[in-house]
Amino acid sequence: MIANFGFGVLAITFLVTLYSVFAAIYGERKKIPAMVESARRAMLLTWPLLTLTASILIYLLVNDHYEVQFVYEVTSRSMPTYLKVTAWWGGQAGSLLFWSWLMSAFASLVTLRKWDRDREFLPWVIVVACVTMAFFIGMSVFFENPFAQLYQMPTGVEAHTFQPAASILFIPQDGNGLNPLLRHPGMVIHPPMLYLGFVSFVIPYAFAMAALITGRIDDRWIRITRRWTLWAWMFLSFGLVLGGRWAYDVLGWGGYWGWDPVEIAAFMPWLTGTAFLHSVMIQEKRGLLKHWNMLLIILTYDLVIFGTFLTRSGVLSSVHAFAQSAIGPLFMGFVSTTLVTSVALIIYRWDSLKSETEMTSLLSREALFLLNNLLFMSILVVCFWGVIFPLISELFTGQTVTVGPPFYERATGPLFAALMFLMGIAPLSAWGHSTVKTIGRAIWKPIVGALIVTAIMFATYTRNVIALVGFFLIALVILVTIYEYWRGANARQKSQGENIFAAFWSLTGRNRRRYGGYIIHLSMMLMAIGILGIELFQVETQGALEVNQQMSVGGYDVVYQDIAQFQGPDGREVTRAVLGVYKGGEYLGELNPRIDYYYDAQQTMTIPGQRSTLRDDLYILLVDWEPASATGATFKIFVNPLVNWLWLGSLLFLVGVVIAAWPEKDAERVAVRANASVQQQTSAAD
Amino acid sequence: MTESTISAPRRGVPIWAQIIIWVFLVGLLAIVAVGLSRAQQGTVQPGQVIDNFTLPIYSGYEWDGKSEINIEELRGKVVVINFWASWCKPCEQEATELQTAWKEYEPSGKVVFLGVDYVDTEPEARVYLKKFRVSYPNGPDLATRISQYFRIKGVPETYFVDKNGVLQNVQIGPFTSIDQIRAQIDPLLK
Amino acid sequence: MRSSRITFYALLLALILAGLWTNSASTQGPTPTDDEVNRIAKQLYCPVCESTPLDVCPTEACRHWRDLIRTMLAESKSETEIKQYFVEQYGARVLAEPPNRLISYLVPTVAILLGAFMLLRGFQKWIKPSMMESNLENSKREAKPFQDVYIAKLEEELKKRK
Repeated sequence: MIANFGFGVLAITFLVTLYSVFAAIYGERKKIPAMVESARRAMLLTWPLLTLTASILIYLLVNDHYEVQFVYEVTSRSMPTYLKVTAWWGGQAGSLLFWSWLMSAFASLVTLRKWDRDREFLPWVIVVACVTMAFFIGMSVFFENPFAQLYQMPTGVEAHTFQPAASILFIPQDGNGLNPLLRHPGMVIHPPMLYLGFVSFVIPYAFAMAALITGRIDDRWIRITRRWTLWAWMFLSFGLVLGGRWAYDVLGWGGYWGWDPVEIAAFMPWLTGTAFLHSVMIQEKRGLLKHWNMLLIILTYDLVIFGTFLTRSGVLSSVHAFAQSAIGPLFMGFVSTTLVTSVALIIYRWDSLKSETEMTSLLSREALFLLNNLLFMSILVVCFWGVIFPLISELFTGQTVTVGPPFYERATGPLFAALMFLMGIAPLSAWGHSTVKTIGRAIWKPIVGALIVTAIMFATYTRNVIALVGFFLIALVILVTIYEYWRGANARQKSQGENIFAAFWSLTGRNRRRYGGYIIHLSMMLMAIGILGIELFQVETQGALEVNQQMSVGGYDVVYQDIAQFQGPDGREVTRAVLGVYKGGEYLGELNPRIDYYYDAQQTMTIPGQRSTLRDDLYILLVDWEPASATGATFKIFVNPLVNWLWLGSLLFLVGVVIAAWPEKDAERVAVRANASVQQQTSAAD
Repeated sequence: MTESTISAPRRGVPIWAQIIIWVFLVGLLAIVAVGLSRAQQGTVQPGQVIDNFTLPIYSGYEWDGKSEINIEELRGKVVVINFWASWCKPCEQEATELQTAWKEYEPSGKVVFLGVDYVDTEPEARVYLKKFRVSYPNGPDLATRISQYFRIKGVPETYFVDKNGVLQNVQIGPFTSIDQIRAQIDPLLK
Repeated sequence: MRSSRITFYALLLALILAGLWTNSASTQGPTPTDDEVNRIAKQLYCPVCESTPLDVCPTEACRHWRDLIRTMLAESKSETEIKQYFVEQYGARVLAEPPNRLISYLVPTVAILLGAFMLLRGFQKWIKPSMMESNLENSKREAKPFQDVYIAKLEEELKKRK
């Protein structure tokens, strides 16, 4: 009964979003502000409704209501309560509801701001947000009902929204339990983080569409959504990093990124999102790249929808399973419709999106940002082609192929290298005009520094050419960024008479976007160090060890000491090995790789034993397809150099984003002043 | 709505560019749509004439002396095509029933059982066949061509083709009893 | 006495011959290590599971495939031959890269070069603004403190006319 009530609330929410869409359009067309206000109120209503729906679902999840299909699929009696709550996004039906809930929260946040200056945007923002919401809630209502219950029919047990005739409610004793992969406590947060990123990008898209429809395509829509874009990008980036960490810690194959089509589906919106993040700065400062910004946000939105459905429920689903599901065609229809509509709008407004100034120098900052866009789009093209090529191959030759890591690494490697080079040059180029000479004057010191670093790496670490190029570029970017930071602090110190630390602090405080951005770039370079280390210098070995036998790899000696098997607290059987780690004869500690077998889900998880230092990671897996006992067990050992710089970099990344996004009162005032003249011009021409 | 320039001509996107953009976009969406519809297709449905395919036969399991069987050559007989694999646990449930059924129908010469080994390794396949004393012709589905043609969704699956080469029945999953098998074959013999 | 001695020597001879014979049969070399098997398995994908490389796939079927690689390595088959065998048996999708490399790299390369070319062309159009546009830009620019852009452009023009 509770489940039916939950479904009822969900159905009502669907109707409310539909009403909001039509009321907003009608109110806007007929110029009835009251209708638009009604639409706004309706949209505000969706969040309490969805919160109620979600609370009901969580109640059902926590209280073992296994007659509800979703509860049966993702929980079981042996799970701790907090995991039962997080099981909300542990399956597709719940995930869709979670997505809708986040969407309504953000849409409500947006509508609660002051709309005096941008009244004409409001109806269209409501329309876009509510159309998106209606789609997702509609999916839940008609296809993936989280409140569907199990009924015993003559033909067997089936799930239905409403009780069919001649059936009785079927109440299983226990559930399947959450996919063990999702029970890792730290990784419970990966799907929500990713969804936060996805959903937040809908807001800039909504404003972009509003700008196109109303014709107000100056940078007002960008200024309004500037902070949204930054937070969305932060959540998405962090969601991806968490996914990588999850793969590394839990999926048990010694890597963090497999270039799986599902991973790529979440990566593609990040590419366009990053390009968008940079590109809008150019439109704000110089009124350029307006077409680009529209295109980028449209691509981001549709790739977000695509990514949501492909990753669905946070468990790496397969492309094949998704394609065969009932909702595949529906989402395709939605993406096609929104894409076609948005592109038509851009073409319609093409002339209005004309640049206000022009680019005069190939090396000016604007031009370099344009190159930035091109590079990100190129990586996107490579990724998209890789995902779609098997499909095309099958259509035209009948033969299915796999596009795996080698293709992506080879094709995107040079592009990422070019991006890194750009990261080194762009901070040194000036708005409007730069030449090789002006940049050269600024950059020769960092280049020399980077060459020195590369020479040191050559002498002490490696002869690998790709690695050396990588180190050179990383060092270059780090040095340029630090140099820029130091120059600013130095100037401030001289002019304000502060000591160098206070100078750094106030410099960052006064220009948070720029210096937060520099910190983000630095963090990216730290992550690049980690990626370089593990991709180019990873060593692995696999072998069977008897007790007290040892195996050597990457400078470490590993001795198999003991193994134990016992029942875990939450319905799993744990096989846990004990290995002693030595380096150069010195005892470093003990590692405990283990295999967890979950009875309810009938699934195994291989958890590695890790010893992490800045220098490298010693990563040991207990291989679960070979017998493991006190007589002998098979281990797979990886030594992953420098990989912890990747995680370190991601922490610095958080710091950088928080700095960049921290509200700045001064910036708004400055922006208004600079824009005042443009506003006068545009209003004069009306 | 405003044009920021007074005398600059209104150009818009030239027609040729628009055509290219739309052709490209629609083409892309069409390709994905076709791919999606293909994935949504179920297995081959009854009523279709089965195209010719060649099944190489594991040595020792030849039929009529042939080490390679073209299904077209079997026109005039009822053909039972069973997809299986040695690593497939449900397949074991029906293996004995299939062999018993084969023994029943083989003497009449009107029915041929074909075992198509899906994505398997020969040594393990032979162990499986020996375990269940299988004697009807079995062979590997090279490059998964045959299973792709039938669009099988998993193993075991069994396809019943009548004397005219038309697919009549499809069994997804293992048979639970030999009566089930007989119930599928007998109507096709009439 | 003599017959038992003959028997003894006959047996000894038989044993020696048997030893030699079995010795020659095992000249295939040592069993390939897990690492050697994984080196090849890494480049292949599990034919049945989705998107799982063959060296990490835990299923029984994958174990058999790795054993198959081990057997083939023991028979001194080369890496190419082993991969070829897998393609024949299971189709091209078992490889981590499409066999026809040309098309898979060609299309994105062409697309990127096309994009770069269009960008460059658009850029050249901007660098040489029409008279009308530059006048209009002038009037808008007065509000903006970017006089140096002007000077820079002037300098460029002068340089061109040198």
